[in-house]
Amino acid sequence: MNIFVLIKQVPATETKIKINATATGIDTTGIKWIMSPYDEFAVEEALRVKEKNAGSTVTVVSAGPQRVAETIRTALAMGCDNAIWVETPEEIDSFQAAKALAGVLKKETKPDLVFTGKQAIDDDCAQVSQLVATFSEMPYVTVALSAEYGAGTVTVKREVEGGTTEIISMPTPCLIAAQKGMNEPRFASLPNIMKAKKKEIKQYKMADVGVTDGDRKIKLVNLQLPPAKQAGKKISGDAATQAKELVRALHEEAKIV
Amino acid sequence: MATVLIYAEHKDGKIKKATHELLAEAARSGAEPVAFIAGQGVEGLAKDLGAMGAKRVIVAAGDAVKFYSNEAYGKLFVDAVKSVNPAIILMSSSAQGKDLAPRVAAMLGVGLASDCTKVKIEGDKLKCSRPIYAGKALADVEFTGPAPQFATVRANALSIGPVQDGASPAVTSLPLDTGALKTAVKDVVRGASAKLDVTEANIVVSGGRAMKNSENFALLEKLSAIQHLAGMRTSKVIVAINKDPEAPIFQLADYGIVGDLFEVVPLLTEEFKKVLGEH
Repeated sequence: MNIFVLIKQVPATETKIKINATATGIDTTGIKWIMSPYDEFAVEEALRVKEKNAGSTVTVVSAGPQRVAETIRTALAMGCDNAIWVETPEEIDSFQAAKALAGVLKKETKPDLVFTGKQAIDDDCAQVSQLVATFSEMPYVTVALSAEYGAGTVTVKREVEGGTTEIISMPTPCLIAAQKGMNEPRFASLPNIMKAKKKEIKQYKMADVGVTDGDRKIKLVNLQLPPAKQAGKKISGDAATQAKELVRALHEEAKIV
Repeated sequence: MATVLIYAEHKDGKIKKATHELLAEAARSGAEPVAFIAGQGVEGLAKDLGAMGAKRVIVAAGDAVKFYSNEAYGKLFVDAVKSVNPAIILMSSSAQGKDLAPRVAAMLGVGLASDCTKVKIEGDKLKCSRPIYAGKALADVEFTGPAPQFATVRANALSIGPVQDGASPAVTSLPLDTGALKTAVKDVVRGASAKLDVTEANIVVSGGRAMKNSENFALLEKLSAIQHLAGMRTSKVIVAINKDPEAPIFQLADYGIVGDLFEVVPLLTEEFKKVLGEH
């Protein structure tokens, strides 16, 4: 099977966010970059499908500035076979990113399966998976908890709210966007990390995959840190007093019970 | 007058509160609110959408749309967009809205502001802001592409409006022309515990690591939501209970109790019973 996994490089979860001078992005000085955590589930799922289907290959694709090469190498070290990088400016929107990734899929050997994370944890847009699938005329399932892979079909369990799940079947080629817990992502071994350093990363420019500046549909502007909320009311006393006072406050002041 | 097309959601034969919030905002802004609704046996919900502010309702009803699928619902919703030609499209940032909105945006070739926590309709323009980096920062969204301007909106970000019983919106039936579908919904498994949908709840009790193990959640006897800090931006009143007086949650909470939840929560349950018993 010909498997693709689309990943994004994001600031590490614990990063303290600072806004840049033009308030159009964040100050990237000193940031530690990682693979978006949901994408790790996508890479792992791709590798597991490959391991069950002899002769399969997994190609990792990422769009972004020069620094994303490092994250692509993490995916190679986990076990991906091939790598593609689409060079983009620092700030592109979901539409452009998806068009670039769909452009890569179109140029390469036709995929059977495409994996993504359900969202990237930087802009939290949760759009690229659906956009890529729609541009590529592929069916998709987002927020995938698990998947069973048959001959030419995939059956996916999808999480919706209220504890409900949907069971959806679709033919390949198709796209699956992983939810947390879809599997347990592996760590790269040291020998694999060393090997990954020597692997070639195929490069495309945005124009090679049909993306223009005009494809940008939204801009994030006026970035700000959330307003500091006025300090709440601390309720003191012993537990019984606290409980009584809180319920009184919710009832009489906040009027929510 | 700008037309605002709203993707209506329903559950157990009722329009979701999140949909009501979108209709109310469109009505408040002076725009013409138009609702789209799809599903089996949803014809009767058109009048409810009217009561919540929709001037027109486009109904896609039938067995073929018994279950939500992004493929079928996406095609039908885009048909509705083409017939209404709205300046603005709004969906809830729900499981359906999140799954569907980017597909619709791709089909229309327009930009999407996802998961907005602030939305205001000004004429035919949409002013919206959204949290990024799990709520560590906020950004305004500028649409640089063609109309319609399109956003998904987080539940509770907008207030609901008055309900006008007896409103009679203009209802149009949409032909169920979904084309050949690739995906098939095999089953929808409702949560075994009949949990209330967290986005629809008036009060949410959530626990973190301090709960120690899953059995202890029985103590809360309510719903738990995982990413609880990130999800609290549109909450109106937040109460925090934490042993650590320096816990970051106290920055966000309206009421804070420094104490042991295993001691305080049972007492709270008793106090709530007393107050609620008064009604």
